[in-house]
Amino acid sequence: MCVGSTASYLTCRSASTSSSASSLKGRKPHFDKILIANRGEIACRVIRTAKKLGIRTVAVYSEADADALHVRMADEAYCIGPAPSAQSYLRIDKIIDVCKRSGAQAVHPGYGFISENAGFARALVDAGIVFIGPPESAIVSMGSKSESKTIMANAGVPVVPGYHGSNQDPDFLAEQAEQIGFPVLIKATHGGGGKGMRVVHTRAGFLPALESARREAEKSFGNGAVLVERFVERPRHVEVQVFAAADGGCVSLWERDCSVQRRNQKIIEEAPAPGLSPEIRAELSEKAVAAARAVGYLGAGTVEFIFDKDTEKFYFMEMNTRLQVEHPVTEMITGLDLVEWQLEVAAGNPLPLNQEEIPLVGHAFEARIYAENPRNQFLPDSGKLAYLSTPTPTHAFAPAVPITARSASEAMTVAPVVGAMTAPSVRVEQGFEAGAQIGVFYDSMIAKLVVHGRDRTEALRALRGALEEYRVVGVSTNVEFLRTLSGHEAFVAGDVETGFIPKHEASLFPAVGEPDAEVLAQAALYVVLRERPQLTASLWSSLAARRFGGDVYERLITLQTDDASEPIAVHVSPRAQHQFDVTVRAGDSERVFCNISAHLVDSTTLSVTIDGARRSTTVVAHAPSASASERLHVFHGSRKTTLHLPAPSWLLALGGDAHTAARGALRAPMPSVVVDVRVNVGDRVQAGDPVVVLESMKTETVLRALVAGVVRAVGCKKGEMVEEGRELVDVEPEEVSS
Amino acid sequence: MRSSVQVSRLFRQCRPQSSTRRAYDHPAVLPSLISTSSPEFVAKAEAMDTLIADLDAKMAAARLGGGEKAIQRMKKAGKKLPRERLSLLLDPHTPFLELSQLAAHEVYSESVPGAGIITGIGRISGRECVVVVNDATVKGGSYYPLTVKKHLRAQEIAQEHGLPCVYIVESGGAALPHQANVFPDKEHFGRIFYNMAQMSALGIPQIAIVHGISVAGGAYVPAMADENIIVREQGRIFLAGPPLVKAATGEEVDEETLGGGQMHSSESGVTDHLARDDEHAIAIAREIVGDLGKAGGQEIPVLPPEDPLYSASELHGIVGTDLRQAFDMRDVIARIVDGSRFREFKKEYGPTIVTGFANVHGYPVGIVANNGILFSQSALKATHFMQLCSQRQIPLLFLVNVTGYMVGSKAERGGIAKDGAKMVRAVACADVPKLTVIVGGSYGAGNYGMCGRAYSPRFLWMWPNSKVSVMGPGQLSQVMATVSKDPTKHATLKEEIEEQSTALYASARLWDDGIIKPTDTRDAVGLALALAARKRGQPGLRRESSTTWDGDAKGFGVFRM
Repeated sequence: MCVGSTASYLTCRSASTSSSASSLKGRKPHFDKILIANRGEIACRVIRTAKKLGIRTVAVYSEADADALHVRMADEAYCIGPAPSAQSYLRIDKIIDVCKRSGAQAVHPGYGFISENAGFARALVDAGIVFIGPPESAIVSMGSKSESKTIMANAGVPVVPGYHGSNQDPDFLAEQAEQIGFPVLIKATHGGGGKGMRVVHTRAGFLPALESARREAEKSFGNGAVLVERFVERPRHVEVQVFAAADGGCVSLWERDCSVQRRNQKIIEEAPAPGLSPEIRAELSEKAVAAARAVGYLGAGTVEFIFDKDTEKFYFMEMNTRLQVEHPVTEMITGLDLVEWQLEVAAGNPLPLNQEEIPLVGHAFEARIYAENPRNQFLPDSGKLAYLSTPTPTHAFAPAVPITARSASEAMTVAPVVGAMTAPSVRVEQGFEAGAQIGVFYDSMIAKLVVHGRDRTEALRALRGALEEYRVVGVSTNVEFLRTLSGHEAFVAGDVETGFIPKHEASLFPAVGEPDAEVLAQAALYVVLRERPQLTASLWSSLAARRFGGDVYERLITLQTDDASEPIAVHVSPRAQHQFDVTVRAGDSERVFCNISAHLVDSTTLSVTIDGARRSTTVVAHAPSASASERLHVFHGSRKTTLHLPAPSWLLALGGDAHTAARGALRAPMPSVVVDVRVNVGDRVQAGDPVVVLESMKTETVLRALVAGVVRAVGCKKGEMVEEGRELVDVEPEEVSS
Repeated sequence: MRSSVQVSRLFRQCRPQSSTRRAYDHPAVLPSLISTSSPEFVAKAEAMDTLIADLDAKMAAARLGGGEKAIQRMKKAGKKLPRERLSLLLDPHTPFLELSQLAAHEVYSESVPGAGIITGIGRISGRECVVVVNDATVKGGSYYPLTVKKHLRAQEIAQEHGLPCVYIVESGGAALPHQANVFPDKEHFGRIFYNMAQMSALGIPQIAIVHGISVAGGAYVPAMADENIIVREQGRIFLAGPPLVKAATGEEVDEETLGGGQMHSSESGVTDHLARDDEHAIAIAREIVGDLGKAGGQEIPVLPPEDPLYSASELHGIVGTDLRQAFDMRDVIARIVDGSRFREFKKEYGPTIVTGFANVHGYPVGIVANNGILFSQSALKATHFMQLCSQRQIPLLFLVNVTGYMVGSKAERGGIAKDGAKMVRAVACADVPKLTVIVGGSYGAGNYGMCGRAYSPRFLWMWPNSKVSVMGPGQLSQVMATVSKDPTKHATLKEEIEEQSTALYASARLWDDGIIKPTDTRDAVGLALALAARKRGQPGLRRESSTTWDGDAKGFGVFRM
């Protein structure tokens, strides 16, 4: 398995040098073929490790994913139904059926979908197929919040102190609060959405707060019952990666900090958690291992804790019984391949390493790149990845880390490994390529950017650099936000908490100014250069814009920052073959650049020298639809500027003709699923009547008739996936009777 | 010039390198003995610089057209300005060889910049075309006598080179006060339409865009075109406008109903394409030119172009503005031709004329240039050289600085008239494209022998310092003194003739195709050679199998149905 180059030796090392934990003798063989019941980056991630180990892979896919990357990477792929996940990726019966047809011996569930579905785990076992994950019982135990807390409390794992009982006597509750320790949180038992919730800092404030919380709960939920819990004012989200094997071995692969979240979802994760003392790190790991043992855990799991920044106390929150999205940061600091470990454990082998052999080297970050709009409450976006360019990855897996075995007494503590690495490494975990549709049926995560450096500062620097090189056109992304975040003073200082984004909102969302004149000049130069005629041997092309008698050739390029804004005029005059004078006129301001040298390196790369500074700028031209004006996306430094190239007015006028010709036609405004068709051919509709209901990005949109009239044609059916611009319903407008 | 590196790369793919020797080792490389710091050079350069600055100012003023008020009026009406239309019509980032920018300069009592019309050769959808643009900011685009002349000259160039014509029309027709010099004669207004019909019959496409009024005679430009475009609610075509209609028939009708784009495109069929606005019309025209089929076509240069070894800016100090000061024409040639290489012919014989082969931007050319008075020997040498070029199908470039043929008994006895006539005959009949650049004087019969306007060079350009007249001003005043009886009249006449011989005076009257700067010469000549290199007879391929009595069976061109 590991013969050959040094590189393959290094990448395989983690599974084969487990001298002290297990001997090669008696190791059970890996599976020959596994099925990956997932899609996107995680499916690709699992397939990569399987390929490394010589295991054949089976992919499953929905009709929407027929051309997806994971389908092409796998050795075999089976379609398991239409696009909606309820009819495909969540169909346990179909997945088991594919296992049988393909002869897959085990199933890797990835994360999401049916990865934490106890029924799936059971169904697999019943079918004689191995589930690469924990036993059904552990999933069930950890699936219930109250049950899991009781188990943890009994196993000595700290849980948030509180009273959840039925005694609602105010004085009794006040007594409980005293015991729990202030500040406490009073919460309506049946509540939600912040109603009936009070934070109390002193004993004196307790009773009035309780009364008002009760009143509110009564009013809102018809039930005044409350519970009392310790209130963590500045919580951090710290989680521990654990691994358990069938022989009872259970280790911690150290912790991760995932505090910075939006919409209760992680966007940036790091390992190790910043600012933890070795003692706390050891304690976290110990408790996490205890938690795993308490439920007879098997395989990869994550124990999540609330970490109180002020008291440095932590409490068990929940356990995730799957490989987490953010597992790569753990891989980077340990040099281990967690998917490989999962396969080892699932095959029945012991853990490849003992606790004292598990390294912790440097610092790693993972930034999740989502199709979303950070400036609009992080609402998801959907659409086609019209252009995608990523930083060049230095590693496909975690870079190798030397292992120093230590005595058993040193378990749970980490000795720094010196000289293990010289350069920051970058991993790009992605499941999509340019051209893929994002966020219509499934999660809107595009990719994960993973970096590793010798320390946190270096890793953050690498992260910022990598983010600047991650360029997407077609959907809005959080790349720029992540770039700002990773350069934010408080984040750089490691001063993280779950409320980080609201707390630093002002500085995380600096006002968007007018585009820089330099950016506008570059956009105009891009247009000029791409429209240069192909150089032929004829003097009539090679003499370029030659004029006589002092006349000067000049091009006027009109740009707009958005459809409605005042046009910006950019005049471009060539001086020599690659030399230009550019004048940018926006509003009342004028900026003149003399002697810019510029040329196109390729269709999206502009090389310019402005005022002696040479730079390469990525410019991507993209028309979101056939009728929309073309847009230029200029990636200048860390900022992406989108500029419109307004179509000539005659084109718009002709478009107006087309519009009047089919003014009753309703088109899909975005790629979406038809949830309902409310009309049939021949129906009479009034303007404003709902006609079709679409769903995209988990949001429903009702299309209403634009004019009163009779339905002439219906171009879609319920449940169908429709592309942007598709004519869904055509209404023949009624003749206006006068 | 600028892009010679790239072009060379293109060549390298298909041809072996012409020479790997160092440029200076080449036997044909002209040496330059010019001292740019000598007082004479500096003085000449200063004089030329002043002249060029003045020329620049005049041309810049002419490019502004009819003034701010007229410009604002057009803008307000949502129209593009004439030069904006031109710029939209041409391929981005391609040359435009504008003709006679100073036409009508100080000719009429009122100012008519550029004679109210912009003409030139440019690229549209990848093929070279002659473009004729009415400048409606100048007297509403009406045709003065020189407007007609400039229009006809552009058509002549189109016909000679087989270049498609695009007319950007916005004109009230003939300038009525000048009708006698616009309308009746052979080379007057009617000739425009005759030329259109002839060219169409020869297979040279005629395209018109009607951006504004196109009335009376002007209505025939779009009507005679093979294919045309009209701008909706802006372009108007009618034989008589509403006032005239009312006077003639009593019918009251507005312009749009009478000759608007909607009517002509949907009812009369006078126009073929209905455009929303100027920009749209031009976009359609570009597509039409793109669809012209085989009417284009161009020859690529024979050799990879090379820059001259010496700077063109030195031409100022070499030539200067005082025509009495002699200069060696080889110093001019060395700053125009590729690699400053000039393969001189009969160098030692008749040394007052310089003949030889060179390349300009890779195109081969035979150069005939003056280095003094023409003697019998010089005339014979030039004649011999022109015969060579004619036989080898190499275009001729005349670099003119000639005071004339030698006079005096010795010369007459030597048969200078006979030898001069040989040279004139050779020029007239040389069966190759000819280009003339007057860099100094062009006097007397020397003008004929050196391919003056009457000898139909494809293009004739003048440098701003150059002069054309029947004889040199010095001789002229002496002759005048002997024949004139009234010395006061003689003085004013001398002054008058002096003024009439200037490049500015000549160019204003279309005796040339424009004044070019010495530094522009290489590129202008190169572009003209590129046009001349196109396959001959390409547009009119229907020359054989005559079915008419004496015609060439070229037929009628495209009728508007």
